Amino acid sequence: MSSHLIATPSAETYKSESQPRKGFFTDTSVCIGCKACEVACKEWNHVPPDPQGLTGNSYDNSGELGANRWRHVAFIEQKVSVGIEESPPESFVEEAARQNLVSDGLDPHADEDGFRWLMSSDVCKHCTEAGCLDACPTGALFRTEFDTVVVQEDICNGCGYCVVSCPFGVIDQREGDGRVWKCTMCYDRLKDDMEPACAQACPTDSIQFGDLEELRERAARRVERLHGRGHEEARLYGDSEDDGVGGFGAFFLLLDEPETYRLPPDPVVPTRRTPEVWAAALGAAAALAGGVAASFLRGRR
Amino acid sequence: MGTSFGRGGATTFQQDLANADCIVIMGSNMAEAHPVGFQWVVEARERGAKVIHVDPRFTRTSALADLHVPIRAGSDIAFLGGIVNYILGNGREFREYVQAYTNARTIISDDFRDTEDLDGIFSGLDREGRKYERDSWQYKGMDVGASAGEREYGEAEGEQAHGAHGGELEHGEPPQEDETLQDPRCVFQLLKKHYARYTPEMVERICGVPKETFLEVAEALCENSGRERTSAFCYSVGWTQHSVGVQYIRTAAIVQLLLGNIGRPGGGIMALRGHASIQGSTDIPTLFNILPGYLPMPHAHEQTGLDVYVERNAPPTGFWGNTRPYMVSLLKAWWGPTARYENDFCFDYLPRIDKDHSHYRTVADMEDNKLSGYFVMGENPAVGSANSKLQRLALAKLKWLVVRDFDEIETASFWHDAPEIETGELKTEEIGTEVFLMPAAAHTEKDGSFTNTQRLLQWHHKAVEPEGDCRSELWFMYHLGRRVREKLAGSERERDRPILDLTWDYPTVGPTEEPDAEAVLAEIGGFDAEREPLPDYLPLRDDGSTTCGCWIYAGCYADRVNQTARRKPGREQSWVAPEWAWAWPMNRRILYNRASADPQGKPWSERKRYIWWDAAEGEWTGEDVPDFTPDKAPDYVPEDGAKAQQALRGDEPFIMQGDGRAWLFAPNGIVDGPLPTHYEPHESPFDNPLYGQRANPVREGYRRRDNPFNPAGSEPGSDAYPYVMTTYRLTEHHTAGGMSRTLPFLAELQPEFFCEVSPELARERGLEHGGWATIVSARTAIEARVMVTERMKPLRVDGRVVHQVGLPYHWGNRGISTGDSANDLFPFALDPNVHIQEAKAATCDVRPGRRPRGPELPAFVERVRREAGAGR
Amino acid sequence: MNPKGGEASMVPRERPTSYYGRPIVKPPVWKPEIPLYFFFGGLAGASANLAAAATFAGRPRLARRAWVGAFVGVTVSPMLLIKDLGRPKRFLYMLRVIKITSPMSLGAWLLAANGGATTLATGLNLLLPRRRGGLPEVGAALLGAPLATYTAALITNSAIPAWSEARVEMPFVFGASAAASAAGAALLTVPGDEAEPARALGIAAVVVEEAASKIMLKRLGPLAKAYEKGEAGKVDKAARALSAAGALALLAGGRRGRSGSSPRGAGLARGRRGAKAPAGGGGDPARRAISAAGGALLLAGAVCKRWAVFKAGFASAEDPDQTINLQRERMAAEGRPGA
Repeated sequence: MSSHLIATPSAETYKSESQPRKGFFTDTSVCIGCKACEVACKEWNHVPPDPQGLTGNSYDNSGELGANRWRHVAFIEQKVSVGIEESPPESFVEEAARQNLVSDGLDPHADEDGFRWLMSSDVCKHCTEAGCLDACPTGALFRTEFDTVVVQEDICNGCGYCVVSCPFGVIDQREGDGRVWKCTMCYDRLKDDMEPACAQACPTDSIQFGDLEELRERAARRVERLHGRGHEEARLYGDSEDDGVGGFGAFFLLLDEPETYRLPPDPVVPTRRTPEVWAAALGAAAALAGGVAASFLRGRR
Repeated sequence: MGTSFGRGGATTFQQDLANADCIVIMGSNMAEAHPVGFQWVVEARERGAKVIHVDPRFTRTSALADLHVPIRAGSDIAFLGGIVNYILGNGREFREYVQAYTNARTIISDDFRDTEDLDGIFSGLDREGRKYERDSWQYKGMDVGASAGEREYGEAEGEQAHGAHGGELEHGEPPQEDETLQDPRCVFQLLKKHYARYTPEMVERICGVPKETFLEVAEALCENSGRERTSAFCYSVGWTQHSVGVQYIRTAAIVQLLLGNIGRPGGGIMALRGHASIQGSTDIPTLFNILPGYLPMPHAHEQTGLDVYVERNAPPTGFWGNTRPYMVSLLKAWWGPTARYENDFCFDYLPRIDKDHSHYRTVADMEDNKLSGYFVMGENPAVGSANSKLQRLALAKLKWLVVRDFDEIETASFWHDAPEIETGELKTEEIGTEVFLMPAAAHTEKDGSFTNTQRLLQWHHKAVEPEGDCRSELWFMYHLGRRVREKLAGSERERDRPILDLTWDYPTVGPTEEPDAEAVLAEIGGFDAEREPLPDYLPLRDDGSTTCGCWIYAGCYADRVNQTARRKPGREQSWVAPEWAWAWPMNRRILYNRASADPQGKPWSERKRYIWWDAAEGEWTGEDVPDFTPDKAPDYVPEDGAKAQQALRGDEPFIMQGDGRAWLFAPNGIVDGPLPTHYEPHESPFDNPLYGQRANPVREGYRRRDNPFNPAGSEPGSDAYPYVMTTYRLTEHHTAGGMSRTLPFLAELQPEFFCEVSPELARERGLEHGGWATIVSARTAIEARVMVTERMKPLRVDGRVVHQVGLPYHWGNRGISTGDSANDLFPFALDPNVHIQEAKAATCDVRPGRRPRGPELPAFVERVRREAGAGR
Repeated sequence: MNPKGGEASMVPRERPTSYYGRPIVKPPVWKPEIPLYFFFGGLAGASANLAAAATFAGRPRLARRAWVGAFVGVTVSPMLLIKDLGRPKRFLYMLRVIKITSPMSLGAWLLAANGGATTLATGLNLLLPRRRGGLPEVGAALLGAPLATYTAALITNSAIPAWSEARVEMPFVFGASAAASAAGAALLTVPGDEAEPARALGIAAVVVEEAASKIMLKRLGPLAKAYEKGEAGKVDKAARALSAAGALALLAGGRRGRSGSSPRGAGLARGRRGAKAPAGGGGDPARRAISAAGGALLLAGAVCKRWAVFKAGFASAEDPDQTINLQRERMAAEGRPGA
């Protein structure tokens, strides 16, 4: 069960200047894979070109999120095995078509009764408990009054610690620049009461922007509606405060397991482990000191 | 659509798709090519509509459809004809609509013979002349008389000349009819007979679509049409770019008329244009055979003059009956005070055409050394037109060439880096063409308008000054004209008068002396006798008191307000949003909307109400501007001798047509048959399973040495080119690539030219995913990276398996992302109505690996041809 | 993360899929300077402890060498770190904040503090031959021990599975390796009679490091692959071989006793106040050479160990299955839906 109460980690800091928490709801069930989000983001934020060449990974020639890719559209071509009993009427047709081919000796696609093409626009999750933010030793990364996570590029010294601290593999160092870059949720546009460039460009409203609380409610209704229409595979990802990062500021409606989309199925912010980490480190330090001291005992007998 | 309904243009607007109960997207990849408009298809689906995508490939549109139907490219008429047969055979037509609003009851001439009688051709075929005499197609009892022979408008239809003219009748008298629709010579019965053999089994045989799938589509359409429900079709160049392209659309028109979907919300035919302002470029045409507002270009007849022109082209009934006022007002706009009653308003200043001057004819003439010069503005035929190799060769024959674009596109650079330089077929030092590359301003650097796919004129405002020497088209043409006039000033020659007498006095603004685009718009919108902007085209007169640059645009500047620049937000007005921009004609958003009400003027259902008769006010009212005389009652019957629109009854919604009815059967306005017939594409692996006549008997195939054809069907050697190939677009690129392959953000999204093949074809030909393939036709061979995907499926057609090869056509050798041009493979083979190339279906072979280079390339192509026995 | 009561109608898969085999988490952007820093930082911290103990235990020659080792460590370490930064000129920004959730932040402060203390202690011990130890030495030692192990915290406090899941054992591996480094560095030059603690430390450290590594790899289960295969696997093997050889050399170097130079004798001869060991009690040159060689081997082994762990992180990041499987198994173990 997802809760619609959302955490607002910035409220204490900003007090009177605090804003309602903003976020993205990316409904991948209506994504048409047009990549307007990728282009709009690059143009608005002056993100450099990042050519990967023809990858052969369906229509995805952008690779993945990174310092030079803040919106990334994934494409997954799938054969969907649908049993006759549980299928919507269309599959009878597909089944019959397959039988035609089979009877004529043409090898049908293995185990395929249906076909689907998943498309999804990935983005920084702006986690409630953000690994990058917790790791940053210079204070370059900070949480805005909108509860988003942003890098101050005039402070970042490129230590790279945030890069290994992100459970989603979002933030990265820009080659030739030295600093790290990622989605800012168009912080400058938010300050002027505008929506982020990707949300504005998206023609089918797959990318929805707004108050996170309201988006969560909308998303829950959307999933229910899809279930009602027989799309049991629809599920939300990142909508729950109970997950390992305290819920996402940018969450998703997916049509398959997260790992199909390059998303971790159960992300946990490293900070949750930090007490253990330090306990072990200090314990080992004590052992080291003790061991060193002990090695003098023999000699001092 | 002009022939069927009266106007060549989408009958509805994209937002209206949200009202549909069923949408069939066919001959279109809407999500990829019209992503913004596609949001309303998504909206429709959210409201419970069934979305069906019929396409040779499973595309990003299919991904969001409820059903994808893989189909053999080039067999759409068989599919749609099968639907017609299904409707008629099962009695699923919307009877009252068909009876009242179409010419179903009209009786056709006794001399008419159908394709069923003549094994695939209609009566009146002149095989040698490659044309039809249409006398036998006429309504019974209509005296054809002087209309035999050349009529100007017969050629105005289709994608680039979305046409124009509705049909007309020779006299104002009603034709012979049978209200019961039983007479074997009535249109309804002829329709039944014509499509009787287009059974589900035949559809499976021709299209490769399993019977059950076809039936599902047919049933979905029938189920979602009628009083309470409507269905819509969306199509684009996947239909028009065929040698029977216009007939594709005609078949859809027949389906939609039988189901009663035209003129109704959530119904209609959404013609999706291939470019942001192509609708505008046929409205204010850059086409040889039409004038603004689809007035026909005068032909060089023996007898000439304004009266003769009007006599020939103005039907007595319907709004085209007002041809004279439209024409005179246009002439007044162009020649101002010089145009007077005495000199026929300078009608003789208009050039006359004496033959086909369409693009491919022109290029063929160019190659034959018949042309000196060429302006290419905002187009890139060296990549984007069929047989692009021949396009490039032809450019080398010109004396001079002017290219206006943002970048040095392939059309401008051909003389030093065309692929033919590498093969040796062209040598730079031997090319005598003087090429002028003029930098163009982008749409953000100039004022102006777009007329988009739903006939909507939208203004765009200049945001920045163009850099350096970049200039708009408006600036270029205006100042070019100005300079030509300066050079000719004081001339005594009669031939210079048309140029010197032009009204060429637009105010100019700014440091670059840019003509004021709004002034041009105002001239287009027109002025009445008091020099007030026209509210619409009704006040147009033929006495020279009114001027109008384009009668269908009259009203776009009403009240001295640039109506096209209106931006009232959608949430502040009705869903039709009439105060956003301005649509022609008269800001009507759904055309023929009188048909949304029954003959008595009441909506067919509450759920689908749109326009209805308000008896108390004595006028039509509703969600939109009525596409009807506003105060003509439903029970109005014209007096004898009534003319033009007054000659139409109150229950005849198709006001551009001579008989006020939509045409199931088209006696005029179309050159290759009154009823759409399945013909195989010009190049196809199959003979026609339905008839002896394989392909369109009057299609334009340019038989030339530099345009050789693959053998087709059972012709010897056709198995050397066993696969069907089709071209398509990707969202990431734009047409011939000049505006997308040159931009890093777009080039990186689709960085290389690739072909799409099924795993089965890959296995058959040894193609590797990510590797290279050479695709070859009789014209040439190209290479592409290989994308093996399940989204391409082999089909079973006419008893055997056929594979299809998908080719995105965006690539050329210039820019950041470069590659071979898919259009190099296709021939000049055109639809005879609108001269549009068949770029969506042809045949080819595929070999693994990269293609030969240098002179090896044409040698290789020749070898394949000889093996095939390919020849003329 | 699953819909209320919704069940996927997909055919269940035997193993999770990935997106074209692409990694889920990003590999480190760190360059070779970083594993070298782990080594030098460990050297610095452990040497400080060794040196402080030696100072207090009255073994001035051992102390001096160890302080030099520590000083070299704390001097080279910041240089390596600064070089690795994307914007080296901004290195001082590390001291803009203290963020307790960030081992890197705390580590930067630790390094700075330890650097100061060590420098002071080194100076004092080099300039004042009779120095018996005081606050600077204590401070350097107390700060030095965490300095040697916090680098393990640094890498295990990350999203890289093979590092993160090793968070309990890795500090012991690093600590032991640091101790071996410190011992090894001292043994390069220290005369035989004062070498004994270093020798003992070195041998014990190798044993502890080997044990801790074994436990770590066992508990990592399938994630251990990152340490055992590829470049990480090769270098780790080398590291273990070098360390083992070093330990053996240390054993050999301390085996034969000579009067006056036996450890026992030396120890008895020394009073609490750390009177100098008998001159000439430096042991025979052969043993000293062997010990020195052993020390060098230990140093080499420690460098290799850090490199291997570093590379294992890359291998783990690049394999999406490591991330996915780890999480899926956890979900299954906790009985969560969708596992």
